[in-house]
Amino acid sequence: MTLKRSAAITGIGEMRPSRSPDGKSTLGIWTEVAREAILDAGLTTPEIDGLLVAPPITEQAAMWPSILGEYLNIHPGYGNVVDLGGASACGMVWRAAAAIQSGLCRAVLCVTGEASDVETFYAPRAPRARRPVQQLPYREFEVPYGPMGVNSGYALIAMRHMHEHGTTGRQLAKIAVDQRTNACANPDALYYGKQITVDDVLASPLVVDPLHLLEIVRPCTGGAAIVVVAPDLAGAAPRAPVWLLGAAEASRGIMLSQFDTITTSPIAICAPRALEMAGVAHGDIDLISVYDCYTITVLITLEDAGFCPKGKGGPFVEEHDLTYAGDLPLNTHGGQLSFGQPGLAGGMSHVTEAVRQLQGRAGKRQVRDCELAFVNGNGGIMSEQVSLVLGT
Amino acid sequence: MSEAPPEYRKPIPAPSAVSRPFWEGLRAREVRLPRCLECRRYVFYPRRLCPFCLCERLEWVRASGRGTVYSYTVVRRAMNPAFQEDVPYLFAIVELEEGVRVTANIVRCRPEDARVDMPVKASYHDITAEITLLKFQPA
Ligand SMILES: [Zn+2]
Repeated sequence: MTLKRSAAITGIGEMRPSRSPDGKSTLGIWTEVAREAILDAGLTTPEIDGLLVAPPITEQAAMWPSILGEYLNIHPGYGNVVDLGGASACGMVWRAAAAIQSGLCRAVLCVTGEASDVETFYAPRAPRARRPVQQLPYREFEVPYGPMGVNSGYALIAMRHMHEHGTTGRQLAKIAVDQRTNACANPDALYYGKQITVDDVLASPLVVDPLHLLEIVRPCTGGAAIVVVAPDLAGAAPRAPVWLLGAAEASRGIMLSQFDTITTSPIAICAPRALEMAGVAHGDIDLISVYDCYTITVLITLEDAGFCPKGKGGPFVEEHDLTYAGDLPLNTHGGQLSFGQPGLAGGMSHVTEAVRQLQGRAGKRQVRDCELAFVNGNGGIMSEQVSLVLGT
Repeated sequence: MSEAPPEYRKPIPAPSAVSRPFWEGLRAREVRLPRCLECRRYVFYPRRLCPFCLCERLEWVRASGRGTVYSYTVVRRAMNPAFQEDVPYLFAIVELEEGVRVTANIVRCRPEDARVDMPVKASYHDITAEITLLKFQPA
């Protein structure tokens, strides 16, 4: 069983991230990027027969596919919410391909996006009004101790990684710096035109040791959508189709205290499977486009996906140029750290950037001869993982 | 759960029928852990079945309350304003001698003195008339 060349991405739509919603709603953003993706794929709404949506973080409702489908007059034969945190977007890609391969549908619209405010997201907030008690284990055994959202979880991972492998703050900072260089070649990035140095990162305030402010993603407003289609539709698309060549998923729960190790992620399971399905080796990869909520996420992803040996991620990022012009182009749109994290559309940005690069429309930051991309989505605290190999 | 006294404004655990012996243990200044009667493995957090063999029969065993810091961080900005008075504070995962890991604060330790793998022992903190939190301090 393989998903290799079972479907292709033929259209993308992405809103430029902004610091505040400026009157936009999440649903409004979804329809904006959905429209763009459908038109980019050269399709019309009656041709969309599959609809995957990632749940908004800041808004609660049931039946999101129905809400969006109604607004766009799309009435799919296959609809789902994909709830894998930051891995939702990558999870959508292979779910769309599997549905297409099974004959359920032929053109799947995958939508992510969020209207949220960069200034208020991390502002201290009072606990919400008293709700019926839900006896979820993390509420009983973690929340009473004052975690700083998921920030403290990634900090625990980084601290342990430093202890086990000698990883340094300068090595982690290098990731943020190279990604910022990429963002400075992307006019759509939230931090376009604001170059930083390793010293800037290390001089930024410690928020949750050992992570500094400039190593932590900034939530913002934005959205992204893609259209995944069957091979026959791909052949008729206006742009060169970007094929799904490999995909795999692995997960391990939600609480860090429950994992055998926090310094190795399930990427070690799903990345090799995705590469094997695609029949490619690490050296064949032209672009690495991987989830980056924090610098440590990227470092561990590189290790666990096998681009370097376990524990050697620190020296590895120091020795390689991760910019679009470098020897190991990584997160060429700037990554979420510098492009922005518009809710679960942050995880979609790694997919849309891979599509742009593979289609040769990445502008100033175009990677030369880009034919093969490794994409990874990460959800929770390095718990949900989806690895993809995309190619021309 | 009764209403929290006004002086304690942080989130208060809500024991379930399954977890109540754990919380009762803390009130009695003991760390009690569930252990599977079939495969004999310790289980934490408390569950109504063993996640290793699905056995539904577990016993409560007194643990030593000793362990080591598996990892820690210093929280310097509180997301919940009730924790603002504590920053910077230590938020950690502690590996107990029995092998299970628990999330907790490290107390009576300056942030700069914390270390991964540091030995720690249980510290009991009454926060309401019924609830005692398990924290740890350097051993
Ligand atoms: Zn058992």
